Amino acid sequence: MADAEREDAAETDTPNASDTQEKNTNITIQRISFNAQFWKQMAEDGSTLLKRMEITVAEAEKRTGKKAVNMQETYTVYLLETRPSAAVNEGQSVAPDALWRRYSEFELLRNYLLVTYPFIVVPPLPEKRAEFVWHKLSADNMDPDFVERRRVGLENFLLRVASHPVMSSDGIFYHFLTQERGWKEVVYETGFQAKAESRLRALNATFRVKNPDKRFMEMKHYSDELQSITSQLLRARARVADRLYGVYKVHGNYGRVFSEWSAIEKEMGDGLQSAGHHMDAYAASIDDILEEEEHYADQIKEYLFFSEALRAVCRKHELSQYELETESLDLASKKQQRDELATGTMRTFSFKGMTTKLFGQETADQREARLKLLEEQIVEGEETVREKTTECEEHVCSGWVDIQRFKEQKDRDLREAFINYAFMQMSMCRKGIQMWTNAKECFSKM
Amino acid sequence: MDTTNTDGGSFNASMQTSPGSMINQYKFDEEDEEQEPGAKDIFITVDDPESHVTTIETFITYRVLTKTTRGEFDSSEYEVRRRYQDFLWLRGRLEEAHPTLIVHPLPEKFVMKGMVERFNDDFIETRRRALHRFLDRVADHPILSCNEDFRVFLSAQAWELTSHKKQGPGFLTRMGETVRAVAASVRGVKNRPEEFNSIQEYVEAFSQKMTSLDRITQRITKEEKEYLEELKEYAPTYTLWSGSEEELAEPLKGMANSLDRCYQETEEQGRQLSDCLAPALHEYVLCSETLKAVLRRRDNIQAELEAKNEALATKRADRDAEPRERGVVWQSLLGKNPEEARQLKQQRLAGEIDELKEEIDKMEDRVEWANNALKGDWGRWQRSMRSDLKEAFLSTAQKNVDYYEKCLAVWESFLLSMRAEVSEVDQRAGDS
Repeated sequence: MADAEREDAAETDTPNASDTQEKNTNITIQRISFNAQFWKQMAEDGSTLLKRMEITVAEAEKRTGKKAVNMQETYTVYLLETRPSAAVNEGQSVAPDALWRRYSEFELLRNYLLVTYPFIVVPPLPEKRAEFVWHKLSADNMDPDFVERRRVGLENFLLRVASHPVMSSDGIFYHFLTQERGWKEVVYETGFQAKAESRLRALNATFRVKNPDKRFMEMKHYSDELQSITSQLLRARARVADRLYGVYKVHGNYGRVFSEWSAIEKEMGDGLQSAGHHMDAYAASIDDILEEEEHYADQIKEYLFFSEALRAVCRKHELSQYELETESLDLASKKQQRDELATGTMRTFSFKGMTTKLFGQETADQREARLKLLEEQIVEGEETVREKTTECEEHVCSGWVDIQRFKEQKDRDLREAFINYAFMQMSMCRKGIQMWTNAKECFSKM
Repeated sequence: MDTTNTDGGSFNASMQTSPGSMINQYKFDEEDEEQEPGAKDIFITVDDPESHVTTIETFITYRVLTKTTRGEFDSSEYEVRRRYQDFLWLRGRLEEAHPTLIVHPLPEKFVMKGMVERFNDDFIETRRRALHRFLDRVADHPILSCNEDFRVFLSAQAWELTSHKKQGPGFLTRMGETVRAVAASVRGVKNRPEEFNSIQEYVEAFSQKMTSLDRITQRITKEEKEYLEELKEYAPTYTLWSGSEEELAEPLKGMANSLDRCYQETEEQGRQLSDCLAPALHEYVLCSETLKAVLRRRDNIQAELEAKNEALATKRADRDAEPRERGVVWQSLLGKNPEEARQLKQQRLAGEIDELKEEIDKMEDRVEWANNALKGDWGRWQRSMRSDLKEAFLSTAQKNVDYYEKCLAVWESFLLSMRAEVSEVDQRAGDS
């Protein structure tokens, strides 16, 4: 009985059962390595996946594979490990479940989420190619530092999704985390790709909305500003880093010359020699300093990319509102046609009316038929308008909720980023004080 | 006391000029230097640059203020105005009078690199400081500070200086000296004493190192300027961003503010580098050139002596040689008795040899004196080089420590303001 219960529970508690937006998805989860109680618990206490599960992107590895005939490609795969938190907290040493994922699979997952949850500001992925690069920093995708930072970014992405009140209960997401093979097929089966294309078209189209929600318009404007300012900031920061690198490195020349000079001096020799070593150390210290600063840049970058996601939600609102307005207009026009037909006046243009004028009065039967058609269309139209209105209202409602959540998260995250930046600067200053104090001591021995 | 034949010609009449006593004075001075550091009896300042415009040229004069208790000065205070040319003249005279003493260099006439106009404020200030250092070094020097031209430079009014400049060894004498010097340098010295060889080697290497350090320092200044330019663009992005935010506005303004303050501190640190370290290093590049010149002059003096010794040897050989057939025939062609001719020649040679011997005696004294002057001054120079450069590097290191401490304080206060904000936010949340 217990087993049957569990199986029942597994089927009724499929994550998408609570999902009101997607009615077309039909996901079969073949093997759930967790106890289905897990899902019941989450639904009951409203917690997110992250509270139940530890997720890490532990490693990165290079692979070579065949892309097409005679074409080899090198790519990186990332090791995704999951572990039930409960087990870890109880002190059991549980081996994590693990699977390998490529960046392109992460992209696929994100596209699915974007289409499936158009009212959510979906977290961005780390950049595909290194941008805002300053000269010493590698723009090579295979560079180990870049790969490492990407690993961190991918983990961050997963943690954000897993801690989201809505997205964390998505079955495709869970599947992504727990089952390596067959995931791609399952995603495609949801049919999200068709939607993806129409979404992309709609988002890029220009259309005039008459009554958009003011808050969403302000948010869209804000997202544009955020995008512009963070790009500018990142560019300027990269240039500053480049210059600072130059200043530190030239000091290394002091080290070399002091060393050479010390060879011809008697009393000053020792002092100069050791001062030279400190100059070398000073010049070398910039590498670590700037590597750390890249993490700060990554935090800002995340919000640069977030601004796009925010904009998309606002655009979706505009689209919904526009479609609603169009449908409403259409319905109003049809109603007016019907009224005119019923009362005999013709103010609205219709082809039927034109041909009537040209070819003579229609028969009562014909008019009857037309009226009936219009009535049917009006009924359909009213249904459509009701649906669209609901869709629009729901989007505004849940969209605004998520935008608020996003806003609070952004304020928290960026505050922390600035605090971290200050700590980094302070650490750099302390190193500088140390080095120059040491150098001073050496000089005093000259 | 023959003061006209040797090159060390412009001694003060009241000074002892015998080389022996010079040597003793040097030994005396070396012990002297350890005692009485406060026994300075002459204080000089150089300030108040003023621009003068005439129809022919524009130039700058500096006020040179002297306070002294020295006997050779009539008064205890002097205020005169001098231009760069006057300093050049003084230094030239000092080098002429003491070819193997190390006279501190003057700042360069023009600075080619990175200079737009001759008379921008930074250039004038740097030059002023260097001119001051020059006079201080001369005043500190036990021998140079007693030089008459130095006294005149410090005390004479403008017209007095002009007329004094016109005196001194005539053109022909100077020409003669130059010809001898050129001839000597062409000849080259044959037996340079080992200690001067090692000084030579040191100077070569030292010169290279100073040039490198000078260049490196200039490069750092350049890199820092470029860093500052980028920083200037970076800080305002935070201010711009704060305009779009609500909760984050204060933290963003704090970031912009902190970056601005760091900018200012960096500017100041850069000034220290270009005002203090760079000029010091550059001065020692110039010093290296001075040292090379001094070594050359010493070599030339020795070369002259060697030449005279060679001439003496030749004449002696000539005198001791057997009369040759050809010579006798020539003399008989001129209608002279061969025996008479030979005796005349011997007499002539004997005279020339005696003259040479006298000259050589004087030259040997001169060489010894030149060598001892250089040796004495060399030790002095090394000591002051060590002290100068140590001071320059120490103050640079200290300035850098100060700089980082100030920047550290900037970010610490930013963190404090962030924490204060948090507790404010909490309070507000608590109240509502």
